[in-house]
Amino acid sequence: MRKPVDTGDPDRLYTVTGGRSRADDAFDLVTLVVSECEPSAGMQSEHARILDLCRHPTAVVEIAAELKLPITVVRILLGDLLAMGRITARHPRAAQSVASLPDSALLKEVLHGLRNL
Amino acid sequence: MGSATSELPVRRTPLADAAETGLKIVIVGGFGVGKTTLVRSVSEIRPLNTEEVMTQAGVGVDETRGVAAKTTTTVAFDFGRISLNERMVLYLFGAPGQERFWFLWDRLFSGTLGAVVLVDTRRMDDSWYAIDRLEHHKTPFVVAVNRFDDDTRRYSLDEIRQALALPSHVPMIDCDARVRQSGKEVLITLVDHLYELAMAQETTP
Ligand SMILES: Nc1nc2c(ncn2[C@@H]2O[C@H](COP(=O)(O)OP(=O)(O)O)[C@@H](O)[C@H]2O)c(=O)[nH]1
Ligand SMILES: [Mg+2]
Repeated sequence: MRKPVDTGDPDRLYTVTGGRSRADDAFDLVTLVVSECEPSAGMQSEHARILDLCRHPTAVVEIAAELKLPITVVRILLGDLLAMGRITARHPRAAQSVASLPDSALLKEVLHGLRNL
Repeated sequence: MGSATSELPVRRTPLADAAETGLKIVIVGGFGVGKTTLVRSVSEIRPLNTEEVMTQAGVGVDETRGVAAKTTTTVAFDFGRISLNERMVLYLFGAPGQERFWFLWDRLFSGTLGAVVLVDTRRMDDSWYAIDRLEHHKTPFVVAVNRFDDDTRRYSLDEIRQALALPSHVPMIDCDARVRQSGKEVLITLVDHLYELAMAQETTP
Protein backbone atom coordinates (compact mmCIF):
# COMPACT_ATOMS: atom_id res chain seq x y z
CA MET A 1 0.00 0.00 0.00
CA ARG A 2 2.39 2.62 -1.25
CA LYS A 3 0.93 6.07 -0.87
CA PRO A 4 1.09 8.65 -3.62
CA VAL A 5 4.05 10.84 -2.82
CA ASP A 6 5.24 14.32 -3.52
CA THR A 7 7.28 14.54 -6.68
CA GLY A 8 10.38 16.69 -6.78
CA ASP A 9 11.22 19.08 -9.57
CA PRO A 10 12.78 16.80 -12.18
CA ASP A 11 13.37 19.66 -14.61
CA ARG A 12 15.61 21.44 -12.17
CA LEU A 13 17.53 18.29 -11.31
CA TYR A 14 17.96 17.52 -14.99
CA THR A 15 19.41 20.97 -15.59
CA VAL A 16 21.80 20.87 -12.65
CA THR A 17 23.28 17.53 -13.63
CA GLY A 18 23.29 18.12 -17.38
CA GLY A 19 20.87 15.24 -17.80
CA ARG A 20 22.98 12.65 -16.04
CA SER A 21 21.49 10.20 -13.61
CA ARG A 22 24.41 8.08 -12.49
CA ALA A 23 25.85 9.17 -9.17
CA ASP A 24 29.31 8.34 -7.85
CA ASP A 25 28.53 5.69 -5.26
CA ALA A 26 31.87 6.22 -3.55
CA PHE A 27 30.35 9.24 -1.82
CA ASP A 28 28.68 8.10 1.38
CA LEU A 29 26.23 10.38 3.22
CA VAL A 30 29.00 11.06 5.75
CA THR A 31 31.99 11.25 3.43
CA LEU A 32 33.76 14.48 4.41
CA VAL A 33 34.58 16.71 1.47
CA VAL A 34 37.36 19.32 1.43
CA SER A 35 37.96 21.96 -1.27
CA GLU A 36 41.36 21.99 -2.90
CA CYS A 37 40.86 25.32 -4.68
CA GLU A 38 38.78 28.50 -4.71
CA PRO A 39 35.62 28.81 -6.79
CA SER A 40 36.45 30.51 -10.09
CA ALA A 41 34.58 32.68 -12.56
CA GLY A 42 32.51 30.81 -15.09
CA MET A 43 32.22 27.72 -12.94
CA GLN A 44 28.77 26.09 -12.65
CA SER A 45 27.16 27.83 -9.67
CA GLU A 46 26.54 24.58 -7.77
CA HIS A 47 30.21 23.63 -8.14
CA ALA A 48 31.21 27.07 -6.86
CA ARG A 49 28.90 26.77 -3.87
CA ILE A 50 30.31 23.37 -2.96
CA LEU A 51 33.88 24.67 -3.12
CA ASP A 52 32.85 27.58 -0.94
CA LEU A 53 31.10 25.33 1.57
CA CYS A 54 33.92 22.82 1.81
CA ARG A 55 36.74 25.14 2.89
CA HIS A 56 36.38 23.09 6.07
CA PRO A 57 35.48 19.39 5.95
CA THR A 58 31.76 19.08 5.19
CA ALA A 59 29.71 15.89 4.97
CA VAL A 60 27.88 15.04 1.75
CA VAL A 61 24.55 15.20 3.58
CA GLU A 62 25.29 18.72 4.85
CA ILE A 63 26.16 19.85 1.33
CA ALA A 64 22.85 18.43 0.10
CA ALA A 65 20.94 20.24 2.86
CA GLU A 66 22.70 23.55 2.20
CA LEU A 67 22.23 23.36 -1.56
CA LYS A 68 18.68 22.03 -1.17
CA LEU A 69 19.42 19.31 -3.69
CA PRO A 70 18.78 15.56 -3.47
CA ILE A 71 21.68 13.37 -2.38
CA THR A 72 21.97 11.76 -5.81
CA VAL A 73 22.41 15.12 -7.50
CA VAL A 74 25.06 16.17 -5.01
CA ARG A 75 26.93 12.91 -5.58
CA ILE A 76 27.00 13.65 -9.31
CA LEU A 77 28.33 17.17 -8.72
CA LEU A 78 30.96 15.87 -6.30
CA GLY A 79 32.06 13.29 -8.86
CA ASP A 80 32.69 16.14 -11.32
CA LEU A 81 34.74 18.12 -8.82
CA LEU A 82 36.73 15.06 -7.76
CA ALA A 83 37.54 14.21 -11.38
CA MET A 84 38.82 17.78 -11.85
CA GLY A 85 40.97 17.51 -8.72
CA ARG A 86 39.10 20.35 -7.04
CA ILE A 87 38.08 18.46 -3.94
CA THR A 88 39.37 15.61 -1.84
CA ALA A 89 37.12 13.11 -0.09
CA ARG A 90 37.59 11.52 3.32
CA HIS A 91 35.48 8.41 3.11
CA PRO A 92 34.16 6.58 6.19
CA ARG A 93 36.11 3.52 7.22
CA ALA A 94 35.00 0.83 4.81
CA ALA A 95 32.53 -1.52 6.38
CA GLN A 96 33.34 -5.03 5.19
CA SER A 97 29.69 -5.61 4.47
CA VAL A 98 26.39 -3.98 5.25
CA ALA A 99 25.86 -6.15 8.29
CA SER A 100 29.37 -6.22 9.71
CA LEU A 101 30.25 -4.46 12.93
CA PRO A 102 32.95 -1.84 13.29
CA ASP A 103 35.83 -2.91 15.52
CA SER A 104 35.59 -2.52 19.26
CA ALA A 105 38.41 0.05 19.39
CA LEU A 106 36.43 2.46 17.22
CA LEU A 107 33.27 1.89 19.26
CA LYS A 108 35.20 2.58 22.43
CA GLU A 109 36.25 5.94 21.00
CA VAL A 110 32.63 6.70 20.11
CA LEU A 111 31.52 5.82 23.65
CA HIS A 112 34.20 8.00 25.12
CA GLY A 113 33.13 10.91 22.91
CA LEU A 114 29.47 10.51 23.87
CA ARG A 115 30.20 10.27 27.59
CA ASN A 116 32.19 13.50 27.40
CA LEU A 117 29.36 15.47 25.81
CA MET B 1 24.07 34.43 -9.17
CA GLY B 2 27.22 36.55 -9.57
CA SER B 3 30.09 35.70 -7.32
CA ALA B 4 29.26 32.59 -5.38
CA THR B 5 31.77 33.46 -2.72
CA SER B 6 30.72 36.88 -1.50
CA GLU B 7 27.15 36.81 -0.31
CA LEU B 8 26.64 33.58 1.57
CA PRO B 9 24.90 33.76 4.93
CA VAL B 10 27.00 33.37 8.04
CA ARG B 11 28.18 29.78 8.22
CA ARG B 12 27.29 27.34 10.93
CA THR B 13 30.16 26.15 13.05
CA PRO B 14 32.31 24.13 10.67
CA LEU B 15 33.90 20.83 11.59
CA ALA B 16 37.50 20.74 12.80
CA ASP B 17 39.97 20.68 9.90
CA ALA B 18 41.29 17.37 11.26
CA ALA B 19 37.85 15.72 10.95
CA GLU B 20 38.35 12.59 8.88
CA THR B 21 35.87 9.91 9.99
CA GLY B 22 32.12 10.31 9.56
CA LEU B 23 29.86 7.86 11.43
CA LYS B 24 26.11 7.24 11.24
CA ILE B 25 23.36 6.32 13.65
CA VAL B 26 19.76 6.17 12.47
CA ILE B 27 16.70 6.94 14.59
CA VAL B 28 13.64 5.24 13.16
CA GLY B 29 10.04 5.64 14.17
CA GLY B 30 6.56 6.68 13.10
CA PHE B 31 5.41 10.23 12.50
CA GLY B 32 5.36 12.37 15.64
CA VAL B 33 7.20 9.88 17.84
CA GLY B 34 9.92 12.43 18.63
CA LYS B 35 12.76 11.70 16.17
CA THR B 36 13.47 15.31 15.30
CA THR B 37 13.14 16.26 18.96
CA LEU B 38 15.72 13.66 19.95
CA VAL B 39 18.12 14.71 17.19
CA ARG B 40 17.74 18.36 18.21
CA SER B 41 18.36 17.69 21.88
CA VAL B 42 21.76 16.06 21.31
CA SER B 43 22.95 17.74 18.10
CA GLU B 44 25.54 20.52 17.99
CA ILE B 45 23.76 22.03 14.98
CA ARG B 46 20.12 22.85 14.41
CA PRO B 47 18.66 19.77 12.66
CA LEU B 48 18.87 20.07 8.88
CA ASN B 49 16.58 18.52 6.35
CA THR B 50 17.46 16.80 3.12
CA GLU B 51 15.99 14.36 0.65
CA GLU B 52 16.77 11.62 -1.77
CA VAL B 53 14.95 10.98 -5.01
CA MET B 54 13.82 7.58 -6.08
CA THR B 55 12.37 6.21 -9.27
CA GLN B 56 10.35 3.07 -9.69
CA ALA B 57 13.01 1.51 -11.88
CA GLY B 58 15.69 2.19 -9.32
CA VAL B 59 17.12 5.12 -7.46
CA GLY B 60 18.33 8.31 -9.00
CA VAL B 61 17.33 11.06 -11.35
CA ASP B 62 15.56 9.54 -14.30
CA GLU B 63 17.08 9.68 -17.75
CA THR B 64 14.30 11.48 -19.52
CA ARG B 65 12.40 14.40 -18.18
CA GLY B 66 9.04 13.16 -19.36
CA VAL B 67 9.36 9.89 -17.51
CA ALA B 68 10.97 11.46 -14.46
CA ALA B 69 7.95 13.69 -14.00
CA LYS B 70 5.82 10.59 -13.54
CA THR B 71 8.08 8.30 -11.54
CA THR B 72 10.34 10.44 -9.39
CA THR B 73 9.44 10.31 -5.72
CA THR B 74 11.15 11.92 -2.78
CA VAL B 75 12.06 10.63 0.65
CA ALA B 76 12.92 13.34 3.17
CA PHE B 77 14.85 12.93 6.40
CA ASP B 78 16.53 15.19 8.91
CA PHE B 79 19.84 14.98 10.67
CA GLY B 80 22.10 16.50 13.27
CA ARG B 81 25.70 15.96 14.24
CA ILE B 82 27.96 15.45 17.23
CA SER B 83 31.71 16.03 17.05
CA LEU B 84 33.08 13.18 19.15
CA ASN B 85 36.65 14.44 19.02
CA GLU B 86 38.89 16.32 16.57
CA ARG B 87 38.86 13.45 14.10
CA MET B 88 35.47 11.75 14.48
CA VAL B 89 32.01 13.14 13.81
CA LEU B 90 28.77 11.28 14.41
CA TYR B 91 25.73 12.04 12.25
CA LEU B 92 22.27 11.24 13.60
CA PHE B 93 19.52 10.66 11.08
CA GLY B 94 15.84 10.86 11.87
CA ALA B 95 14.20 8.48 9.45
CA PRO B 96 10.51 7.87 8.82
CA GLY B 97 9.74 4.19 9.15
CA GLN B 98 7.22 3.95 6.34
CA GLU B 99 7.50 1.43 3.59
CA ARG B 100 8.95 3.46 0.74
CA PHE B 101 11.77 4.61 2.96
CA TRP B 102 13.22 1.10 3.23
CA PHE B 103 13.89 0.97 -0.49
CA LEU B 104 16.56 3.55 0.19
CA TRP B 105 18.03 1.94 3.29
CA ASP B 106 21.05 0.29 1.66
CA ARG B 107 21.77 3.32 -0.43
CA LEU B 108 21.63 5.78 2.46
CA PHE B 109 22.46 3.81 5.56
CA SER B 110 24.78 0.97 4.65
CA GLY B 111 27.69 1.17 7.04
CA THR B 112 25.56 2.65 9.80
CA LEU B 113 26.77 1.80 13.30
CA GLY B 114 23.27 0.90 14.42
CA ALA B 115 19.75 2.18 14.92
CA VAL B 116 17.44 3.44 17.64
CA VAL B 117 13.79 2.47 17.27
CA LEU B 118 11.84 5.25 18.96
CA VAL B 119 8.51 4.06 20.33
CA ASP B 120 5.36 5.88 21.42
CA THR B 121 3.35 3.39 23.49
CA ARG B 122 0.10 4.90 22.28
CA ARG B 123 0.99 3.87 18.73
CA MET B 124 3.04 0.75 19.09
CA ASP B 125 1.92 -0.66 15.77
CA ASP B 126 4.15 1.88 14.03
CA SER B 127 7.20 0.16 15.53
CA TRP B 128 6.53 -3.33 14.26
CA TYR B 129 7.50 -2.63 10.72
CA ALA B 130 10.72 -0.83 11.63
CA ILE B 131 11.85 -3.66 13.91
CA ASP B 132 11.09 -6.23 11.23
CA ARG B 133 13.03 -4.28 8.60
CA LEU B 134 16.06 -3.71 10.85
CA GLU B 135 16.22 -7.42 11.62
CA HIS B 136 15.98 -8.11 7.90
CA HIS B 137 18.88 -5.71 7.17
CA LYS B 138 20.84 -7.20 10.12
CA THR B 139 21.28 -3.75 11.61
CA PRO B 140 21.85 -3.87 15.38
CA PHE B 141 19.38 -1.70 17.28
CA VAL B 142 18.00 -0.71 20.66
CA VAL B 143 14.43 0.32 21.48
CA ALA B 144 13.88 3.66 23.23
CA VAL B 145 10.45 4.42 24.65
CA ASN B 146 9.71 8.14 24.41
CA ARG B 147 7.43 8.80 27.37
CA PHE B 148 4.86 11.46 26.66
CA ASP B 149 3.30 13.34 29.58
CA ASP B 150 -0.24 12.63 28.44
CA ASP B 151 0.34 8.88 28.18
CA THR B 152 -1.60 7.72 31.22
CA ARG B 153 -1.09 3.96 30.93
CA ARG B 154 2.68 3.88 31.46
CA TYR B 155 3.30 0.34 30.28
CA SER B 156 6.45 -1.13 31.78
CA LEU B 157 9.42 -1.93 29.54
CA ASP B 158 8.67 -5.64 30.05
CA GLU B 159 5.11 -5.19 28.86
CA ILE B 160 6.34 -3.26 25.84
CA ARG B 161 8.95 -5.93 25.08
CA GLN B 162 6.20 -8.50 25.05
CA ALA B 163 3.90 -6.39 22.93
CA LEU B 164 6.66 -5.91 20.35
CA ALA B 165 7.79 -9.57 20.57
CA LEU B 166 11.26 -8.20 21.11
CA PRO B 167 14.01 -10.78 21.77
CA SER B 168 15.68 -10.48 25.18
CA HIS B 169 19.06 -9.53 23.69
CA VAL B 170 17.70 -6.23 22.34
CA PRO B 171 18.28 -3.48 24.95
CA MET B 172 15.39 -1.22 25.92
CA ILE B 173 15.49 2.17 27.57
CA ASP B 174 13.03 4.84 28.71
CA CYS B 175 13.68 8.33 27.47
CA ASP B 176 12.41 11.87 27.15
CA ALA B 177 13.41 13.00 23.68
CA ARG B 178 13.30 16.64 24.77
CA VAL B 179 16.04 16.22 27.35
CA ARG B 180 19.65 16.28 26.21
CA GLN B 181 20.95 14.00 28.95
CA SER B 182 18.23 11.48 28.20
CA GLY B 183 19.01 11.52 24.48
CA LYS B 184 22.67 11.06 25.29
CA GLU B 185 21.85 7.98 27.38
CA VAL B 186 19.90 6.48 24.49
CA LEU B 187 22.93 6.82 22.23
CA ILE B 188 25.26 5.41 24.88
CA THR B 189 22.91 2.43 25.34
CA LEU B 190 23.13 1.73 21.62
CA VAL B 191 26.90 2.08 21.37
CA ASP B 192 27.40 0.01 24.54
CA HIS B 193 25.33 -2.71 22.90
CA LEU B 194 27.39 -2.48 19.69
CA TYR B 195 30.57 -2.65 21.72
CA GLU B 196 29.41 -5.84 23.45
CA LEU B 197 28.50 -7.36 20.08
CA ALA B 198 31.87 -6.42 18.60
CA MET B 199 33.76 -7.81 21.59
CA ALA B 200 31.83 -11.07 21.38
CA GLN B 201 32.62 -11.31 17.69
CA GLU B 202 36.31 -10.50 18.15
CA THR B 203 36.81 -13.07 20.90
CA THR B 204 35.05 -15.84 18.99
CA PRO B 205 37.78 -18.01 17.42
N1 LIG C 1 5.39 15.66 25.90
C1 LIG C 1 6.33 15.30 25.05
N2 LIG C 1 6.27 15.78 23.80
C2 LIG C 1 7.22 15.41 22.92
C3 LIG C 1 8.25 14.51 23.27
N3 LIG C 1 9.02 14.26 22.17
C4 LIG C 1 8.47 15.00 21.18
N4 LIG C 1 7.41 15.70 21.61
C5 LIG C 1 6.56 16.58 20.81
O1 LIG C 1 5.88 15.76 19.86
C6 LIG C 1 5.82 16.41 18.60
C7 LIG C 1 6.41 15.55 17.53
O2 LIG C 1 7.80 15.39 17.73
P1 LIG C 1 8.84 15.30 16.52
O3 LIG C 1 10.20 15.26 17.12
O4 LIG C 1 8.60 16.36 15.52
O5 LIG C 1 8.45 13.90 15.90
P2 LIG C 1 9.00 13.17 14.59
O6 LIG C 1 7.90 13.21 13.59
O7 LIG C 1 9.28 11.76 15.03
O8 LIG C 1 10.25 13.88 14.13
C8 LIG C 1 6.52 17.75 18.77
O9 LIG C 1 5.54 18.73 18.96
C9 LIG C 1 7.37 17.55 20.00
O10 LIG C 1 7.57 18.76 20.70
C10 LIG C 1 8.28 14.02 24.61
O11 LIG C 1 9.14 13.26 25.02
N5 LIG C 1 7.30 14.44 25.45
MG1 LIG D 1 10.58 14.83 12.31
